Amino acid sequence: SARNNSSSSEIRRVTLIPGDGIGPEISEAVQKIFEAAGAPIAWDPVDVTPVKGPDGTFRIPSRCIELMHVNKVGLKGPLETPIGKGHRSLNLAVRKEFNLYANVRPCRSLVGHKTLYDNVDVVTIRENTEGEYSGIEHEIVDGVVQSIKLITENASRRVARYAFEYARANNRKLVTVVHKANIMRMSDGLFLNIAREEAAQFPDIKFKEAYLDTVCLNMVQDPSQYDVLVMPNLYGDILSDLCAGLVGGLGVTPSGNIGEGAAVFESVHGTAPDIAGKDMANPTALLGSAIMMLRYMNLEPYADRIERAVFDAIANGDQKTKDLGGNGTCSSFTADVIARLNN
Amino acid sequence: VMPNEKAKLARYGGRQTVTALPGDGIGPEMIAHVQRIFTFANVPVDFETMQLNSDLSRDEDLENAIVAIKRNGVCLKGNIETKFDDPQFKSRNMEIRRRLDLFANVLHTVSIPTVPTRHKDIDIVMIRENTEGEYSGLEHETTKGVVESLKIVTKDKMERIARFAFEYALRYDRKNVTAVHKANIQKLGDGLFLKIATNLAKNEYPEIKFQAMIVDNASMQLVSRPQQFSGGIMLMPNLYGNIISNIACGLVGGPGLVSGMNIGKHYAVFETATRNTGTSLAGQDVANPTAFIRAACDMLCYLGYYNDANLISDCLFRTLTVQRVHTADIGGKATASELVTSVLENIEKQWEKTHHHYHRA
Ligand SMILES: Nc1ncnc2c1ncn2[C@@H]1O[C@H](COP(=O)(O)OP(=O)(O)OP(=O)(O)O)[C@@H](O)[C@H]1O
Ligand SMILES: Nc1ncnc2c1ncn2[C@@H]1O[C@H](COP(=O)(O)OP(=O)(O)OP(=O)(O)O)[C@@H](O)[C@H]1O
Ligand SMILES: [Mg+2]
Ligand SMILES: [Mg+2]
Repeated sequence: SARNNSSSSEIRRVTLIPGDGIGPEISEAVQKIFEAAGAPIAWDPVDVTPVKGPDGTFRIPSRCIELMHVNKVGLKGPLETPIGKGHRSLNLAVRKEFNLYANVRPCRSLVGHKTLYDNVDVVTIRENTEGEYSGIEHEIVDGVVQSIKLITENASRRVARYAFEYARANNRKLVTVVHKANIMRMSDGLFLNIAREEAAQFPDIKFKEAYLDTVCLNMVQDPSQYDVLVMPNLYGDILSDLCAGLVGGLGVTPSGNIGEGAAVFESVHGTAPDIAGKDMANPTALLGSAIMMLRYMNLEPYADRIERAVFDAIANGDQKTKDLGGNGTCSSFTADVIARLNN
Repeated sequence: VMPNEKAKLARYGGRQTVTALPGDGIGPEMIAHVQRIFTFANVPVDFETMQLNSDLSRDEDLENAIVAIKRNGVCLKGNIETKFDDPQFKSRNMEIRRRLDLFANVLHTVSIPTVPTRHKDIDIVMIRENTEGEYSGLEHETTKGVVESLKIVTKDKMERIARFAFEYALRYDRKNVTAVHKANIQKLGDGLFLKIATNLAKNEYPEIKFQAMIVDNASMQLVSRPQQFSGGIMLMPNLYGNIISNIACGLVGGPGLVSGMNIGKHYAVFETATRNTGTSLAGQDVANPTAFIRAACDMLCYLGYYNDANLISDCLFRTLTVQRVHTADIGGKATASELVTSVLENIEKQWEKTHHHYHRA
């Protein structure tokens, strides 16, 4: 596994991609809170605005890639996705470069942020390198388009194994593989079979199989029946957003991209250009991602302490940001979290 | 339901024969409930029951079922389980829809008062392309451990389903159409769908409000603010339709409540919206028959038997909302048979009322 086992007191360097729009504000909030908590993290901020290469295509600046290869861990704010331009989305490029094969998104109901669902505690684990996102499409004849979904044994095994490892490391009891093998018999059938094989290696974790549609149907009625869910790319994309919707949207959902020997943690919301620079952004999602990062780096005590302070500020504080129905600002909320760190 | 001028129907002496495909799980008992209601209410419909399920996986059964549906024009259908341990065994549900070219799957998800749900005031029509896309069934293993699955999107089929949705909106006075897609990733395939829907909206149906929404966002919007889609239609390619419909059915109370139609140019198959087999509930008289009864009412409308359809559907509605006869899935204690009995009692009462009128008049 990618975990680094060095002792917790040693300072560890993390590549920080503040991102665009509200990215810099929420990144600053995270840095301040980490500093106040005494987390042994040193940040290497880096700009990832695409640069034009010699062949005319845009790519991530090499400095970012070099830093990532050294640090192995990154925290990333939202990036602008250039619409209508001919090059691949930068998010996709970062994922490809570091082979970030699993996207992990814990969704938990927040005390103090009331939604219609108060019993959500699920983690979606999404295969992140292939499937429907293979990008292989052709117009075979005029008016007939074929898009290829690619499922491989290797990628399926890697993500399935990660799901069980995650469950074990995070004290989770049940892994559900989500599929549509009744329709996509070979491709989803392969994914399902590999998940079954991996399940057999983890007898301490309960294993269930479910159709994607049935999970959607049940999730909105009784989310408490699910725990960790693992699935191919597109299903994970949809289901992770659905689960975020249950707990109050993207503004509060953290996310981690796990690769072989490297990981990037990020907020899943966009750049929110409408509120950028106005000190209105909610840093909770990026903070949550940074907390996941600490756990990934085996810095649980710091993760737990910061998490308690954030939950406390949301449940009991009066500085919640506007999107959570409060009157606070990004900086006043940050100050409130810091004040609670030592209680 | 869209009355269909081109429908081919088997009607003799004022009676209509329909194919019943009970399928697996709770299907057979559900069809029996419908038959009990039809008999009691003197609905002029006879069932021709065909056995088709995953146990009898002989090809003749499928062929016979398809011939029977073609002969009668309509079918009331339970779900047929797909055993995925044998990759050669194709989904029979899909095969029937494909062979009969039932291109439109139409569901109406509506909140029912007294059914316990988190969200209120949902009233969304779901229109889903039902024959191609991810359900094309074209897959191959290129090398060991590498499988390709082809999603096919054709201009003709996309145009057909989009037009169907806009026509439906006009006829049933739905205010807007939301096309659900993932064109940011599948630029060609979903891009084609999006382009066709957008152009149709602009050029031929300017009076209907149109918007496009990415499927993951649509899922999130549905669980957080479903009312924004109420009064409108969600138009979807096959797989997204499967996902979005199941979310919507969950929001209004689950798989036991909502019916779904599969409509083509000549034939129509009526089933539940979520197409579950409910195997774990079978034989215990606990599965909610509401979805099947509503499917049967949809079928009666399609056949033009509006009075029968309205009578049964009104009486079912009263059973659920006035008498509050609820099965376990919606928080009640009633058995399926008790629910059906209540519907029959309501029908009886309805008749008594109209008879009184008659005598007094
Ligand atoms: N962290 C946050 N705090 C507060 N509000 C947020 C946050 N993130 C998103 N929002 C709000 O949610 C809405 C959608 O945000 P999002 O950033 O996805 O917008 P977007 O226009 O899609 O940006 P992008 O094009 O970068 O994806 C916006 O109205 C924004 O104000
Ligand atoms: N008519 C019904 N009334 C009540 N609950 C139902 C009904 N139909 C399905 N359900 C429930 O909905 C859920 C999903 O149904 P089901 O198990 O059939 O789905 P599935 O994933 O298709 O599996 P299966 O292979 O058993 O069909 C189950 O909990 C089932 O009990
Ligand atoms: Mg998404
Ligand atoms: Mg966005």
